[in-house]
Amino acid sequence: MRKRPLHLASVLAVATLLLSACSGSSDSASTSTGGSSFGAYEKDKAGGIVTFVASAAGGTLDPKVNYTAQYWQLYQASYDGLLGFKYADDAGSFEIVPNLAEALPEVSNDGKTLTFKLRKGIKFSDGSDVTVNDVKASFERIFKVLSPTAGGFYNGIVGADACLKAPATCKLDQGVVVDAATNSVVLNLVAADETIQSKLAVPHAAINPANAPAKDAGTTIIPTTGPYMYKSYDPNKELIMVRNPYFKEWSHDAQPQGYPDEIHFKFGLTATAQVTAVQNDQANWMFDPIPSDRLNEIGTKYADQVHIQPLTAMWYLPMNVNLAPFNNVKARQAVNYALDRAAMVKIFGGEKLAAPVCSFLPPGFPGHVDYCQYTAGGSVESPASAWSAPDIEMAKKLVEESGTKGQKVGIVVSDDEVNKQMGEYIQSVLTEIGYKATLKPISGNIQFTYIQNTNNKVQISLSQWYQDYPAASDFLYILLSCGSFTPGSDSSINMAGYCNKGLDAKMQKAMTLGLTDAAAANKMWGDIDKEVMADAPVAVAFTPKQVDFISKGTKNYHFSKQYKMFVSQLQVK
Amino acid sequence: MSINEPASVTLSESPGKIALRTLARDRRSWISLSILGVILLLALIAPFYASSIAHTDPFKSTLNATISVGGVTRQVLEPSTEGLGLGITPIGPTGRPGAYFLGADNQGRDVAARLLYGARNTLFIGVSAALVTILLSLLIGLIAGYRRGFVDSVLSRLLDVIWAFPVYLLSISLSVVLLTSGLSLGFIHFGPGSIALPIFIIGIVYIPYVARPIRGQVLALREREFVRAAVGSGAKHSTIIFREILPNVLPSVLVFIPIMFALAMLTESALSFLSIGVQPPQASWGTIINDGLGLLYTRPIVALAPGLLIVLTAASLNLFGDAVRDGLDPKTRPRGDS
Repeated sequence: MRKRPLHLASVLAVATLLLSACSGSSDSASTSTGGSSFGAYEKDKAGGIVTFVASAAGGTLDPKVNYTAQYWQLYQASYDGLLGFKYADDAGSFEIVPNLAEALPEVSNDGKTLTFKLRKGIKFSDGSDVTVNDVKASFERIFKVLSPTAGGFYNGIVGADACLKAPATCKLDQGVVVDAATNSVVLNLVAADETIQSKLAVPHAAINPANAPAKDAGTTIIPTTGPYMYKSYDPNKELIMVRNPYFKEWSHDAQPQGYPDEIHFKFGLTATAQVTAVQNDQANWMFDPIPSDRLNEIGTKYADQVHIQPLTAMWYLPMNVNLAPFNNVKARQAVNYALDRAAMVKIFGGEKLAAPVCSFLPPGFPGHVDYCQYTAGGSVESPASAWSAPDIEMAKKLVEESGTKGQKVGIVVSDDEVNKQMGEYIQSVLTEIGYKATLKPISGNIQFTYIQNTNNKVQISLSQWYQDYPAASDFLYILLSCGSFTPGSDSSINMAGYCNKGLDAKMQKAMTLGLTDAAAANKMWGDIDKEVMADAPVAVAFTPKQVDFISKGTKNYHFSKQYKMFVSQLQVK
Repeated sequence: MSINEPASVTLSESPGKIALRTLARDRRSWISLSILGVILLLALIAPFYASSIAHTDPFKSTLNATISVGGVTRQVLEPSTEGLGLGITPIGPTGRPGAYFLGADNQGRDVAARLLYGARNTLFIGVSAALVTILLSLLIGLIAGYRRGFVDSVLSRLLDVIWAFPVYLLSISLSVVLLTSGLSLGFIHFGPGSIALPIFIIGIVYIPYVARPIRGQVLALREREFVRAAVGSGAKHSTIIFREILPNVLPSVLVFIPIMFALAMLTESALSFLSIGVQPPQASWGTIINDGLGLLYTRPIVALAPGLLIVLTAASLNLFGDAVRDGLDPKTRPRGDS
C-alpha cells in the first residue's frame, strides 16, 4: 500500500521466519531495540501535540476502504480488530496478538472455524459499548462498502460470495455467528486459510459500530476504540486526532496507551517545505519521500534524526492489460526491458535508499527467487539472476513487433516531487521506445484510487506496494488475481486488470499447500512469480527503504515492519 | 484624414514615419530591442546549440550519463559521499558550452540547452497569445463601438463576464480542464498537451483588457465629424471602419502589443510553473523554474536562470512599450518633431 495491502502467514511460521530473516535489519542511526514489546507506560512523558506534515491527505478516512500506508499508520493507534499486530520493534511487529478478542482464536473443523471471545468493557469513542453485533456488522460492512480487500482477503468467509455479488444486502449469518450471551464470535470459512489471522489483524477488519455508514464514510468520522479518536478531517487542510476519553489499555502488546495528547496531520506542504518544517521543529515527522536535493543535507547535518529502515515493498508500474497499447504483451514486455531501474533508484535518492529489482516478490520475501527476465542479457526463456541494465534495443524491437508504435500513452503519477520526477523519466523512456507519452500528475489524495478505477482509462501508472504481512499471496494474489479486479470501482487493487484464470488456480493451490508445506508452497509461488512476469502486467522498478526524518525534540521512535513508525508512541514532552 | 494629424502640420511626413524616427532616437528602444534581439537569437540557435555544441538531447532523461570535466569523468547525477551517503546531486555549471554549461537538472538534462528551447516556447506562446488578444480585441472593439446598440450590449456583457474573473484564476481553470481533454472548435482541434492550448487560453483571458479601451475609442471616433461626414456621404460600413476609424485606433493597438506580449509571456510562465502550461518533456521558462524548484538548495541556477531571463524579457518589452507610446504621442515628442 502507499499504498499497500496486507497478507498473512501462520503466526508461528511468520515469527520464526522473520526473526531469522530480519534480525538486525535496521541500518540507520535508528535506536531499534529488537523484537520485544515496549516497556511500561511512562506517564510523566505523556502529553503535548505531535505534528505530521504531508503534501496531500490520504483520501477517505474510512478504515474499511482506505488502503494507504499513510492512514494505516494512524489506524494502528485508533481502530482495532479482533486480532492485532504486536507493538514491537522490527520483526516482532509481525507477531499477531489478541486485540479486541480475549485470546487468539480456537481453531477447529480442520482450520475452517475460528472461535473468538470478545473482551468486555471496551467502548467506542462515542461512549457506546463494543458488542458482538458490532463485530458481525463490521464483517458485513467490509462488503457493503466495497473494501478493496473484500474479494482478496475476506472472500473465504462463508456467505462472502453472495456478499460480493450483492454488497448492499450483505448478510453473513452463516459466516460470522455471534452470541451476545457468551460474547463469542465464530468465524466460519469455506476452506482453511493460512493467512486468515493476519487478515483479521489489519484495519479493514477493524470493528466499527454497527450503525456506521453502509458506504464509504469519506470524511465522516467513524468512532474508534483505540487510544485516539478523530476530531476533525479536512483533506485539504488537516486531520486532528485527540485522546479517546473512553480508552483504557486492555493489552499493552496490542494497543498500548499513547503518549501525545493530540496528533495533527497537516496537508498541503511540499516535500521541501516538510523537510524545513522538521528541521525547524515545527513538525515532528514528514510523510512524503524526502526530495533528493535535501537528502545530502539531512544525511550530513541531521544524521542523528534520520532512521533508515528496510522494507519489503516495491515501486512498480501497473499496465492496463485491457487497454491499448498494453493489451499487447509485447508492449508490456518492452516497457519492462526499457526501464532503467538504476536511474529510478537515483531519483529515489541513491543506492543507500533503494535497490533495482524486476521480480514481483521482493528480495528476502517468502517465495522470492533471484531472477530477472527483463534485463540486458536476459529473456523470458532464459532469465538472468539479477537486473543489470536496460535493453532499449530489445524494447524498441518489441514495440515494433507489437504494432503499437506511435500510440498515445498517458502516465498517471502522484504530484509530489519524487513521483513527478519518476513520471518524467518514464515519459522519456516511453518516448524513446516509440510511444507518444504524456505525463498526468494528479494529487496524491486521489491518485491511488483514480488509477484503480477502470472508468478513468488509465493506461500506465506509477504506484507502490508495501507488504501487509509476509506471504507471497499478499503480493501476487492480492495485486494480480481475478478477485482483486473490480471494473468501475475505486477499490480495484488489481490496477493492471490482469485476470489469468490458470494462474489464479495455481495461486489458490499454493495457498492451500502453504497450510501443510510452507517450503513447497514458497517454491510454487516462485514459479508463479516467473509466469506472471512473463505476461508482464506490471513493470517492477525497485525496492525502497523507509527514511524517517524526525525533529530533534521527538523521542521514543519505534519502527514496526508492519505499520512503520508507531505514531502513538512518540514523545514530545 | 487622421485625428492625430493637426490641421496646421505640413503633410510631408506621415505620423508613422515621425513615430519611427522618434523611436529610433530613443535610447530605451535601442536597449530593449538589443536585449530582445539577443534573447531571440539564442532561441533561434537552440537546435544548433543542443546538437552541435552541447551534443545533448534536452528532452531526454539521462540519469546515468557521465561527462569528462578537466580530464576527470564525473556522473551527471552525482551520489553523495558524505555523512549517511544519502541523495543525488545534479552536476553544477561547468562553464563549458560543450558540457553542461549551466549544469544539469534532476533528469540529467542540460539546463543551458533547455533554457534556449524554453525561450522558443515562451516567446512563441507570448507573441502568439498577444496577437490573438490584439486581433480579437480589435475585432470586438470595432464592431461593438461602431454598431453600438444591441450588438454593443451583447459584446460588452460578454467582455464583462470574462473581466469578472481574475486573469490567473480563469487561465488556471481553463488550463486544468482543457489540458486533459483538449479543445475542439468545429474543425479546429487542439489535443491535450498541445502548445496551442496555452496560446488560446492566454489569448482569450486578456481580451477585455484590450477590447474595452478600443471600444471606448471607437465610440468616441464614431461621433467625430470626419466619420459623420463619411456616413453622410453614403460610404459603406466597412470603408468607414477600415479607412476612417481603424487608422485612428492603431496607435493605441501598437502600444498594446509589447505590453500584451510581456503579460502573455508572464502568464505562460506561471501556467507552466504550475504544470498546466507547456507539458514535459517540452521546456518553457516556467517549466524549467518548476524543475529547479526541487533543486533550490543544491542547484539554484536551474530556477534562477530562467527567472532572470523572464525578468529581462518582460522589462525590455515594457521599456519598448513605453518608447512606442511616447513615439506615437505628439505631446511627448521632442520639440520640432511634429
